[in-house]
Amino acid sequence: MIATMQSLMLVTMVGAIIPPGKPAPQREKVTVFAAASLTAAFNEIADTLRHHDPTVEIAFNFAGSQALALQIQQGAPADVFASADDHWMKVVHDAGLTKGAPAVFVHNHLVVIVPKENPAHIVTLHDLAKPGVKLVLADPAVPVGHYARTTIDALAKQPGFPANYAEDVNARVVSNEDNVKGVVAKVQLGEADAGIVYLSDVTPAVAKAVTRIAIPEPANPLADYPIAVLRRSTSKAAEAFVQLVLSPSGQDVLARNGFVPVRASH
Amino acid sequence: MRSFALRFVVAVAIAALLVILALPLVALLFRVPPASLWHYIQQPIVIEALKLSLFTSVIATIAVATLGIPVAYLLATYHFRGKRLVEVLVELPIVLPPTVAGVGLLLAFGRAGIAGKALSALGLSIPFTTLAVILAQLFVATPYFISAVVAGLREVEPKYRDVAMTLRASPMHLFRRVLLPLALPSLLAGAAMSWARALGEFGATITFAGNLMGRTQTMPLAVYSALQSDLDSAVALAVLLILFSFAILAALRFAPWGAAIGGRDSDARRRGR
Repeated sequence: MIATMQSLMLVTMVGAIIPPGKPAPQREKVTVFAAASLTAAFNEIADTLRHHDPTVEIAFNFAGSQALALQIQQGAPADVFASADDHWMKVVHDAGLTKGAPAVFVHNHLVVIVPKENPAHIVTLHDLAKPGVKLVLADPAVPVGHYARTTIDALAKQPGFPANYAEDVNARVVSNEDNVKGVVAKVQLGEADAGIVYLSDVTPAVAKAVTRIAIPEPANPLADYPIAVLRRSTSKAAEAFVQLVLSPSGQDVLARNGFVPVRASH
Repeated sequence: MRSFALRFVVAVAIAALLVILALPLVALLFRVPPASLWHYIQQPIVIEALKLSLFTSVIATIAVATLGIPVAYLLATYHFRGKRLVEVLVELPIVLPPTVAGVGLLLAFGRAGIAGKALSALGLSIPFTTLAVILAQLFVATPYFISAVVAGLREVEPKYRDVAMTLRASPMHLFRRVLLPLALPSLLAGAAMSWARALGEFGATITFAGNLMGRTQTMPLAVYSALQSDLDSAVALAVLLILFSFAILAALRFAPWGAAIGGRDSDARRRGR
């Protein structure tokens, strides 16, 4: 009895450690680490690439750029890194982890979103400073969180805004989310009175649940998204993916998803 | 342990588990020099998070015990229709991904949630408050307590109960004077387990309560936030959390009634007296 148990245990232990061998088809794998705000657009671009070349397998890891940069520094098996700001790409690039110089592939703008029911009656940017408003931002370490604070400071300097505007708005923050989708979700669910996100985050599904409040150009930073193939990558498809993102068809997809293309698409 | 093969299997299992469980902790401890730990402890993010974590996890554990004991008593001593279903419901939070638990809590107790209107009428808005942190911890920690206490109550020898009944003890008296003292070790074990689970809770908290220093940023959230910008301070925070939990769990084990946390061996010792 015990002998049977032992052999069973050994078999299961060994079986768990050694995966069953299977013939490897000639497939080209590419792993893309991309900022959370790129989720919809990159999935669409990946579909185009798969359609074009069925042997390509694309795996995505979408998260806050800062988390991705840390994972890449710790040796995560990524072929491509697409960041939502220069800072985190620079961290990876300066660590000597990229092949060649990163290229800016798209821009993005910020926008204030409020739930459709608008429980705090926020109509203008001034209303963000009202007492009792529950404002949700991304953490200052997350690109969109950093941009949001830049915007708040810039708005405070605009004519018509009170001197203590920035201070008041910052005091309304009830949560610092770890990525932009967390901000979107809390506004979408009607739990936050307002959030500051990228224009591209207001996807058709999100647009049903939220109302946008535009941020005027001078106070609205143009976020640059850089992309790079990583040094440790051996995937031939990595370069192809980056080229597709930079190509007119890739830029069209990004534009359809609310981004500002780096060059006028043809 | 006579057969060599069995010994070998056990040795391999122990070695594998030690590597998997202990090595990450050792790696964390070695990353930050002990001297710099003190520097990190003095940072506001750490002090605030530590205070909040202590406060919320203790309150949550008291709430878990207060609500859990009657339920555990019911499950351990009575048979009723639908009991299986109640048991499954009670254990469900263990397998639910914490983030999903957080979304569930939002949809239930959020401002726009099912109970949101009623709560608003009472002037309560739970998300983004310390209360939300406690609720999230209560949600994830309750099952650990209840299963420990149910097991403890079932282990109480029937003869004690029979004797008490013969002596005309009321059910309440029986529970308070006989069952509870005898099941105390498992009760403490359950409380320690759920306290530890509450202290380490992350996913449900950030989803339901958000992340704001001093109000909802508990230790695990502070670790995550620090991780966004500075690996070393995040590791230092994590080490603090580990040392802190270790100290409390060890204190529980080595306390006079501490063997209780070990479970059955204390029973044996009591019988031996």
